[in-house]
Amino acid sequence: MISLAGRDILHGWGKFALTGLGLGLLIGVTLTMGGVYRGMVDDAMVLLDNSGADLWVVQQETLGPYAESSSIFDDTWRSVSGMPGVEEAANVTYLTTQVRRGTEDVRAMVVGVDPGMPGSPGQPGYLTAGRHITRSHYEAVADGATGFRPGDEIRIRRNTYTVVGLTRRMVSSGGDPMIFIPLKDAQEAQFLKDNDSILQQRRRTASNPSLNRPGVPGLLESVITSQSANQYVNAVLVRLLPGADPDETAAHIRRWLRLEVYTRDQMEEILLGKLIATSSRQIGMFLVILAVVSAAIVAFIIYTLTMGKIREIAVLKLIGTKNRTIVSMILQQAVGLGVLGFMIGKIAATFWAPFFPKFVLLQARDAVTGFAAVIVMCVLASILAIRAALKVDPAEAIGG
Amino acid sequence: MAERQTRGIIIEGLRKRYGAGETAVDALKGVDMAVSPGEVVGLIGPSGSGKTTLLKCLGAVIEPTAGRMTLGNDVIYDGKWRIKDLRALRRDRIGFIFQAPYLIPFLNVTDNVALLPMLAGHSDGESRTRAGELLEALDVAHRASAMPSQLSGGEQQRVAIARALANRPPVILADEPTAPLDSERALSVITILNAMAKQYETAIIVVTHDEKIIPTFRRIYRIRDGRTEETAGEGRSTEKPETGKPEEERA
Repeated sequence: MISLAGRDILHGWGKFALTGLGLGLLIGVTLTMGGVYRGMVDDAMVLLDNSGADLWVVQQETLGPYAESSSIFDDTWRSVSGMPGVEEAANVTYLTTQVRRGTEDVRAMVVGVDPGMPGSPGQPGYLTAGRHITRSHYEAVADGATGFRPGDEIRIRRNTYTVVGLTRRMVSSGGDPMIFIPLKDAQEAQFLKDNDSILQQRRRTASNPSLNRPGVPGLLESVITSQSANQYVNAVLVRLLPGADPDETAAHIRRWLRLEVYTRDQMEEILLGKLIATSSRQIGMFLVILAVVSAAIVAFIIYTLTMGKIREIAVLKLIGTKNRTIVSMILQQAVGLGVLGFMIGKIAATFWAPFFPKFVLLQARDAVTGFAAVIVMCVLASILAIRAALKVDPAEAIGG
Repeated sequence: MAERQTRGIIIEGLRKRYGAGETAVDALKGVDMAVSPGEVVGLIGPSGSGKTTLLKCLGAVIEPTAGRMTLGNDVIYDGKWRIKDLRALRRDRIGFIFQAPYLIPFLNVTDNVALLPMLAGHSDGESRTRAGELLEALDVAHRASAMPSQLSGGEQQRVAIARALANRPPVILADEPTAPLDSERALSVITILNAMAKQYETAIIVVTHDEKIIPTFRRIYRIRDGRTEETAGEGRSTEKPETGKPEEERA
């Protein structure tokens, strides 16, 4: 039996191809939006995975260190290290800022870690070039997405750092690439004031009689020193001993150190359920709108194509073509349009995804779901055209 | 495929009423016709006389109000349809030729003709063979793979005739088949219809206003105010005179 749909498509292939291209680009945008969401989730998972931590110890009543700011003393790690089940604990600070290289600047998350301790929680997992930070000041390891190269001089706040190594897929939950610097420098960078402010503070401290007592030598200097030093970090990352129960160790730390502790599952819930929840809903809305627009376009095109064949449909009905043959023709065209559109969309999304500034993750599972959704959408969109075709009176072919 | 029929089509007292009550219109008020296999008859009448309504009734597109229709050996209408599947009736036992050819624009010539046998359940190969034979008989075999838009008006009408004959129906209804054609082509179409009617033992009813072809019919049904009246036609030849052959002999 002749494929009426196939022949019609071949006969008007130009119109069909252009329609498929337009629909395909729309489907490509939809797939990319899904990929942006998957990329955000993957960034969040990578952030947790690459931290090398099993527990996150943060300030009480905060959701830190990623979702809220958190400050705990930088010697807390010693107490945490002594808790049952803890293999290793390390301080870490996070600061999202603009990092300059020459005249350019890059949005990055600056991570403060203890130098000379590769493999500890919070450290860059592996390097693609150069070496780890070994000095206590002014060295940096940058994610490749920053575009920096080993040997580059970069400026963070008021200090200049030398890039000594490169890593990859170390990103914040917002997708910003990470730059690792020594902890002391990071602590300073977080609370660094300008020179005028420092002078102003020193003057205010010196004019305070209780802090600048005559006959108490060294008091004023001690107070000023404590004011200009930052003794806080954002979190202590904990690696557990093999077989240790995260909930049990977390309960110990909460009870004895009076700090908030999050396990891996809880941190995932914070990142996915709170930090990127609004963005997810935003993307979800876009996906719904794009799906509705795509369905409307398919419905319009199939309806227009069908209405353009009313006389032929009347003739086909008059010469005895069954309704199901005509319905099948319209459905096949709608599904054909969907398949062509999906193929173009998938190719387009795969082609342009790497050029997006943030990570776009196109998963095969999403492609399969998207394909099924496109086919269902095309079938639903053809209902209007099918109704119109079934209403055609074969007598129209005879006229009169 | 229907068996070879022997009686053409017979219509007795066919009536068709549109609407009901005071607004009812009697489009057909008792039509009687009989067309034998191999015969081509003309159906003529002024606009609004009921020609199209009669054609739609004969084509099983609309249901008459009363009367009787016999197609071949079967009574197909007798106050109600005696055939359940009217779609199959139209496909297998009635051929249609329209004022415009109305070929399916996305099928080539062969497939336009082969589509009907395929719809009737014949294999692709058999359907295409039959289409090829008909196109050969109608002298358009050389355009078999062309698309309808690439054909001239006359070629398109010949393909439409081939399509109407594709399922070897006992009756063909032709609605103004020569209207868009010039005299020569119009007469050519009537020649073809006469030849095909004889070759395939098909009864052909040609609805026409075309003064050029009316003299070619041996029998004419004139329809006026919903009633038919049979008259003898001139039966004039549609072929060019041959040297030394008297007009009567050719007729």
